[in-house]
Amino acid sequence: MKTSGLKPLLQVNQLGIQFGGLKAVSEFNLQINKGELIGLIGPNGAGKTTVFNMLTGVYEPTEGDILFEGKKIHGLPPYKITRRGISRTFQNIRLFAELSVLDNVRIGYHTIAKNSLLSSIFRLPAHFSNEKEMRDKAIEFLKIFNLEHLKDETAKNLPYGMQRRLEIARALAAGPKLLLLDEPAAGMNPKETAELMDLIAFIREEFDLTILLIEHDMKLVMGICERISVLDHGLLIAEGSPEEIRNHPKVIEAYLGEEVGENHA
Amino acid sequence: MKTMKISRFWIFFITVLIVYGIGEFLIATGRIDSFYENLMITIAINIILAVSLHLVIGITGQLSIGHAGFFAIGAYFAAIFTMNMGLPFPVALILAGIVSAIAGFIVGMPSLRLRGDYLAIATLGFAEIIRIIFLNWEYVGGASGMTVTKMTTWQYSFIFLLITIIVIANFTNSRHGRACISIREDEIAADSMGINTTYYKVLAFVIGSLFAGIAGGLYSHNFYFLQPVNFGVLKSFDILIYVVLGGLGSMSGAIISATLLTLVSTYFQNFPEIRMVLYSLVLIIIMLYRPQGLMGSKEITDLFRRKKSVKGGPHYENIGT
Repeated sequence: MKTSGLKPLLQVNQLGIQFGGLKAVSEFNLQINKGELIGLIGPNGAGKTTVFNMLTGVYEPTEGDILFEGKKIHGLPPYKITRRGISRTFQNIRLFAELSVLDNVRIGYHTIAKNSLLSSIFRLPAHFSNEKEMRDKAIEFLKIFNLEHLKDETAKNLPYGMQRRLEIARALAAGPKLLLLDEPAAGMNPKETAELMDLIAFIREEFDLTILLIEHDMKLVMGICERISVLDHGLLIAEGSPEEIRNHPKVIEAYLGEEVGENHA
Repeated sequence: MKTMKISRFWIFFITVLIVYGIGEFLIATGRIDSFYENLMITIAINIILAVSLHLVIGITGQLSIGHAGFFAIGAYFAAIFTMNMGLPFPVALILAGIVSAIAGFIVGMPSLRLRGDYLAIATLGFAEIIRIIFLNWEYVGGASGMTVTKMTTWQYSFIFLLITIIVIANFTNSRHGRACISIREDEIAADSMGINTTYYKVLAFVIGSLFAGIAGGLYSHNFYFLQPVNFGVLKSFDILIYVVLGGLGSMSGAIISATLLTLVSTYFQNFPEIRMVLYSLVLIIIMLYRPQGLMGSKEITDLFRRKKSVKGGPHYENIGT
């Protein structure tokens, strides 16, 4: 908690959502300060992605509230939340598959460009200056992610690890303050995972980011997260530093079942 | 890079001049009779319809199969504006387009929340409602139809065709068009990139209806008689077929297939008994051999771009202002 004392960037209070009779998540609390890197873990079906979907407006929570920079954001449509400064990646990659790598990133700049519809239709100067700016920025961006040489490649033709990287690049292009990564290392081999850890550390510095990530790869989570929250069956069961989480009896119980020695992790 | 962009502009400009010049020459010198002039007008109208639906289906990915509804609105309102209110023809065309766009907005707002099959059914239902309204509206002659003076000429058709192509091509090749394409590719991801998906879906739908309305106005003033029977479900499917056959997402494909199919359909009028059989056969054969459509998702300009793209990429880049 190196920035304690400041107003939190994201404050989630007693968040809950109910699908029909099923309570997917309830009484979820989370506080993220600027600059932190927080992990959200839990067994399959614990409700982690549901939390992400509520934070980004895909689902509207039925209880509780979400404050981003002190302002309520629950109930806003997803695109407005993105414009406030939260962007995300998806568990199952959701690139614009038929578009080029460059266009994928360029769409991320959509909200930053300001030229009007008419300026594009009539090809007014504003259109050209905006297009040029978006293209230049996108290429700069791809350079950072080592994807520049692939800018004309169709996104779906990239190898898996690169698609993950491109998805992160695209999310960053929207200019977020808070980046949500949903299982960024899923399906990666150990080498790719190590590269990903470096990348996350790098973008965090470079873009002055706050990051919340869901991940099953414990090596990654324990290696880079400063604080970890653990969800099980829609309930927050533990919160703390990686060391505390590693030895938390409830966490061990959730992952390995009951009656497990306390010192194993 | 600058020279490349300019040369592309001039290539387009010169192509337009040549096509127009040939048409003008053939008509002015009396080398083709009114049958062929009519055919050229019909082709232009069908291209406008195809390109406007291409924006909705091919670019934004919203399966609308009620395009004939907007076509009908344009046809009738343009006729009302010229015949009953005495407005000049070009003004009537534009106003008819606007009326049609408003209808597109009213229909699009609620129905674009639906996806895929449901949207298709909703738009199909809308087109039928429109047809039945005109069928029962005595002011426009009901089932017996409405007499309209012929005002559509090859020049008008060509100019409005040109406007349609330029507006829709410029729209597509801009951040607004890319927003629409991103909705087609993945609506949830588009949303999470900060794109107001509802706005862009409705916008594409409204622009599509606007040009369908203008096509309607050109159509109704090309014959002397206007009847609701011309705007049935089959007309909607005709337009849909142009877009699908040309290749979803390809504007040049839509233009080519609208031209070819209009020619084929006109030629088969020589065999009235088996005309629809032959037409269907052509469609089946094309779909068997080119299931992705004539052009796939490529544009005709892509065929020349391959070599250049290594250094350049799309033509609207690197334009200093």
